[in-house]
Amino acid sequence: MMKATNCETEILIQAGQHEMHYWRDLWRYRELLYFLAWRDILVRYKQTIAGGAWALLRPLLNTIVFTVLFSRLGKFPSDGVPYPVMVLAGMVPWQLFSGSVLGATQSLVTNSNLISKVYFPRLIIPCSTLGVAFVDFLFTFTLMVLVAAWYGVMPTMRLATLPLLALYALLASLGPSVLIAAMMVKFRDFKHVVPFLVQIGTFVCPVGYSSSAIPEKWRLLYSCNPMVGVIDGFRWAVHGGTPLHLPGFLISMGITLLLTVVGLWYFRCTERTFADVI
Amino acid sequence: MSKDVVISVEGLGKCYQIGHIEKGATGQPNTLSERIQNAAALPMRMLRRKHKAKRRIEQFWALKDVGFEVKRGEVLGIIGRNGAGKSTLLKVLSRITEPTRGEVRLKGRVGSLLEVGTGFHPELTGRENIFLNGAILGMSRQEIRARFDEIVEFAAVANFLDTPVKHYSSGMYVRLAFAVAAHLRTEILIVDEVLAVGDMEFQKKCLGKMGEVTQDGRTVLFVSHNMQAVSTLTTRCLMIHQGRCAFQGDPRQAISAYLEGEAVSGTTYVMDKAAIAAAQVIKADVLTSEPGGTHVWGQPLRFIFEIRVKNPLQNASFSFQILDSLQQPVVHAWVYDSETPMLRSYGVFNLECTLPEPRLYMGKYTINTYLADAFSKSTIESVESICPFEVVMHGMHRDRPWKDGACKYLETWDWKIELYN
Repeated sequence: MMKATNCETEILIQAGQHEMHYWRDLWRYRELLYFLAWRDILVRYKQTIAGGAWALLRPLLNTIVFTVLFSRLGKFPSDGVPYPVMVLAGMVPWQLFSGSVLGATQSLVTNSNLISKVYFPRLIIPCSTLGVAFVDFLFTFTLMVLVAAWYGVMPTMRLATLPLLALYALLASLGPSVLIAAMMVKFRDFKHVVPFLVQIGTFVCPVGYSSSAIPEKWRLLYSCNPMVGVIDGFRWAVHGGTPLHLPGFLISMGITLLLTVVGLWYFRCTERTFADVI
Repeated sequence: MSKDVVISVEGLGKCYQIGHIEKGATGQPNTLSERIQNAAALPMRMLRRKHKAKRRIEQFWALKDVGFEVKRGEVLGIIGRNGAGKSTLLKVLSRITEPTRGEVRLKGRVGSLLEVGTGFHPELTGRENIFLNGAILGMSRQEIRARFDEIVEFAAVANFLDTPVKHYSSGMYVRLAFAVAAHLRTEILIVDEVLAVGDMEFQKKCLGKMGEVTQDGRTVLFVSHNMQAVSTLTTRCLMIHQGRCAFQGDPRQAISAYLEGEAVSGTTYVMDKAAIAAAQVIKADVLTSEPGGTHVWGQPLRFIFEIRVKNPLQNASFSFQILDSLQQPVVHAWVYDSETPMLRSYGVFNLECTLPEPRLYMGKYTINTYLADAFSKSTIESVESICPFEVVMHGMHRDRPWKDGACKYLETWDWKIELYN
């Protein structure tokens, strides 16, 4: 049913002007965000035998590979916690990030039929892929809790900061996702570049190993990678193997914020021409 | 903007930059590698001044200086040829692209029924797609739930609700898509060519639904090439020609203006081959009541044929068929030498045939001609699919308004009315 307020909204479309009610519109279209994410999740496991189990199987297989590779063969330190738990604590935010960035890259292009036919704040589309990645995040998190319980790792009070850290992880994923999604509209090169970067990232970021394995003098430089802060934060909250490297954490956080602002700014600037370019 | 006006458009312009094809549609280097190549080539270019980077960007104004107002509850038809700028106008109004100039004021939510099935996902079931599509069109979950049964009933897919739409027949797919869109409740509804889908039965249902929508007091912008639908549904019409608003006002006048512009197709047939046969149709034409091959039902229809005779004929017969758009012959008319002596000497003959009251249904027609020797029963020449014309009913008038689609044709009739006692 129509709400009375909707009847009297007056929309002004003018040349060269950013829409004034953008953020309000974004809020109004939140259901679309939900539906698009819901669609992608539904579609992903259609016609598969294992179905939703894949959401657990993938991180599990990754964890096994990393544990064998880094712990058994590479003899990397485990910060005094069972190696698989440590790997999973890093995998949780990393999967959110990589899933979101990989999904966002193609998101605008695969939804080009919507973009050229229907109006809605375009930010909805990369945000919905972030939503999909967040569902995976929850699955991996559950897996991590199970594995931690299996190894008898006791949670501490630090676990209470996890919602804040999850928010941080979301923000760290949002900036690059939005930026790449917008650039992809014009430069389809990213289709080839991004999967490659993500693959490298899996080894550059401390997913399979602890960042305490990095020599102290490189630690600050290493923290310029925003995901380092996120992963360290997660490990600190989950098992607290090593104390948090605070300067590095703050640098990561600063870069995350910068990326978010730049990403949103670039997206908003180019968004108006999406329908013409795509 | 006065209280009644829901849409007001002023000085609207939309400019596209067209570059040449190698540099992408925007005229800008399109991939990173092109950018890098350009950057790398820059020093070389500086050295060799003569090799100036030529970037031929052409400007194309898809819309220029368009202005109009639409009042609440009005149904505005937008007509124009392909590429006239109708779709661009709708895209600007529905906020898909931004105008280059001018401004638009809209009061209320805008829903667009641009293309049936936009956003349907083949892997999802009918039920899931109803919710998804509704959300894409801007409906809230409660709204969709409230109309869910109505939508299913309208689309007649109740038995297939839990089947992925990739297994649907194309008719079911289209029906479902239209049903969702048609139940959109926005103050302003933009409808673009959606009626051209589905079977006859469903088209009728869609037209009915459109009529219902317009009676709800909602403002509708209706784009179609179906003049019949435009004249039935709209109260005012906007004709767009080359990005400009060429006419605005009464739908009938707008349609005639549009059809006048359409005259390019040409109803005249002129023989372009060298004469080989003993006698040949060198020119054929159909004289319709309106320009551009449009014929208003009930008016006399004339056909003119010019036949050049090289070898005089003794028993000539000439006939032509009128065929409908499915190539089914509908009318056959003939003339025989035995009744009307003809083509018995050298020269060019002019044959004219008038149908005082053609009973052709609305639709598109072409003709086939047959020139034969009645004695030897051999065809001298036949020409097929020439002189296209269209029969319409929208020019009809009677004292009280009537719907163009009310019938296919009218019989001549004779009323007898007597008063007893």
